[in-house]
Amino acid sequence: MLDLNGISKTFNPGTINEKRALHQLSLHLDPGDFVTVIGGNGAGKSTMLNAIAGVWPVDEGRIVLDGHDVTALPEHRRAWLIGRVFQDPMMGTAPNMQLEENLALAKRRGQKRGLGWGVTKEEREEYRERLKTLGLGLEERMTAKVGLLSGGQRQAVTLLMASLRQPKLLLLDEHTAALDPATAAKVLELSEQIVSESHLTTLMITHNMADAIRHGNRLIMMDKGRIILDVRGEEKKRLTKEDLIRKFAELSGTALDTDEVLLS
Amino acid sequence: MSAYFASLNLLKLAKNLPGGVSQGIIWGIMALGVYITFRLLDVADLTVDGSFTTGGAVTVMLILAGWPAWAALLVAVLVGMLAGLVTGLLHTRLGIPAILAGILTQLSLYSINLRIMGMSANKAVSVDKYRLLLSSRNIPRAILIGGIFAVVLISIMYWYFGTEQGSAIRATGNNAHMSRALGININAMKVLGLSLSNGIVALSGGLMSQYQGFADINMGRGAIVIGLAAVIIGEVIGNALLGKHLNFYGTLSFVVIGGILYYLVIILVLWLKLNSNDLKLFTAVIVAIFLAIPYLRSQRISSFAKFRKGAKEHA
Repeated sequence: MLDLNGISKTFNPGTINEKRALHQLSLHLDPGDFVTVIGGNGAGKSTMLNAIAGVWPVDEGRIVLDGHDVTALPEHRRAWLIGRVFQDPMMGTAPNMQLEENLALAKRRGQKRGLGWGVTKEEREEYRERLKTLGLGLEERMTAKVGLLSGGQRQAVTLLMASLRQPKLLLLDEHTAALDPATAAKVLELSEQIVSESHLTTLMITHNMADAIRHGNRLIMMDKGRIILDVRGEEKKRLTKEDLIRKFAELSGTALDTDEVLLS
Repeated sequence: MSAYFASLNLLKLAKNLPGGVSQGIIWGIMALGVYITFRLLDVADLTVDGSFTTGGAVTVMLILAGWPAWAALLVAVLVGMLAGLVTGLLHTRLGIPAILAGILTQLSLYSINLRIMGMSANKAVSVDKYRLLLSSRNIPRAILIGGIFAVVLISIMYWYFGTEQGSAIRATGNNAHMSRALGININAMKVLGLSLSNGIVALSGGLMSQYQGFADINMGRGAIVIGLAAVIIGEVIGNALLGKHLNFYGTLSFVVIGGILYYLVIILVLWLKLNSNDLKLFTAVIVAIFLAIPYLRSQRISSFAKFRKGAKEHA
């Protein structure tokens, strides 16, 4: 489904701020894989997701998604394959537009946008039903401006938007990190529900080790722009937080540095 | 002082108001174009000072060449869109900040407008010799024609910005990050929006040149500020009157009403004997005040200043 073949990315090359963010990284995902991604700050987790999404071109390597080589395509031209939810709840929705307008924009992800109505009657019914499944009462607020919703609500809406038009790959970039614990748990549960319902191939970055172990069928650990651990299936299910912390120290030669990781 | 008041003639004010309304409608149409860039795309586009004149110049020259007024206006719109296209390409293809791109186009349009007008700074088109759509000679008709243009344009804009494409333009201005992730080509949307906006501005310039009976190289000077004034006044009044019930159609209508109100205020201050050379200063101050209000209001709710008093007591 997804093939990363030796991709590298260096930011600010040739300057004092030079940062090698991805280093000859390769990764293969099978259809339906739900992969959780962990690693310390600056390990290259978000950089990997941004490379896949096409936020900027990579320096070398190929990115093949569902049989399409997307390496040379800018962000908006690979969007038809990819659903995304960002860490910042403000990023995934248009605050001054109505809830139903936001959903309608997402429904047309990667499609040609012509002079047909931006939101049709039939769509409204569909959105109402889909919003009901979120269990947040948002189906009653379809014409409200999204800017009036809370961060958790907006993140739930973004999640729905990412899956409204079924993506080949879903990218979740620490999408619960900015939410309070109860809301984060709710959004994570929704993610699990949406992913399993449509068997979406998914990459989910998280800082929370317990979440990384609990969710998905596969776990990768990154460090210094490389994948240093890749476990799946039964082996992943048996993992504990302690295992991960020990393995990280072993493989990277340093201790995991964030309190967040240790305390979670 | 009493001599000053005695010199004011209410009858004269009343006589000037209809003319203010007709001119206000024309500026209001221009403000609809400004609304697209300023509010929907979130770009302050300074091209309009040039493209307004371009619209006037093209219209007058084509009418002088024997074209029917409607056809001249149509070409004016297309040329205006071309100006917007240039600004859009300077911004998206060459990476020039939007404001600067607009200034560059505006500056170049000064020379181009002179060329359009045959190197003359002023070209008259007399309503006695040519069939014009509207003229200051017949103000009721000018108000009617201007009003029809405004209503039709508002209806078209209401429809267009409800379509998939129009929604994509609004999304681009509202959240570019999200728009890219949803497959919207935000550069194309910006260019498109700037084009449409300047097409409308040129239309307004074409109407204005017919109304006043001439095109002048300086007729667009300060147009962007007048457009902003109309947009902001319209929004403030619309929100005050309709609040939550103000939909997009209402917002656009109030932008035109904002243009009319702006012009009535101008008539009023001129009647109060303000030197007409001070008008631009007056307009700039008004717009600055209206632009500052939302910021100052937020400052009142949350600011460092309110802690100053407490800090002194501890010192």
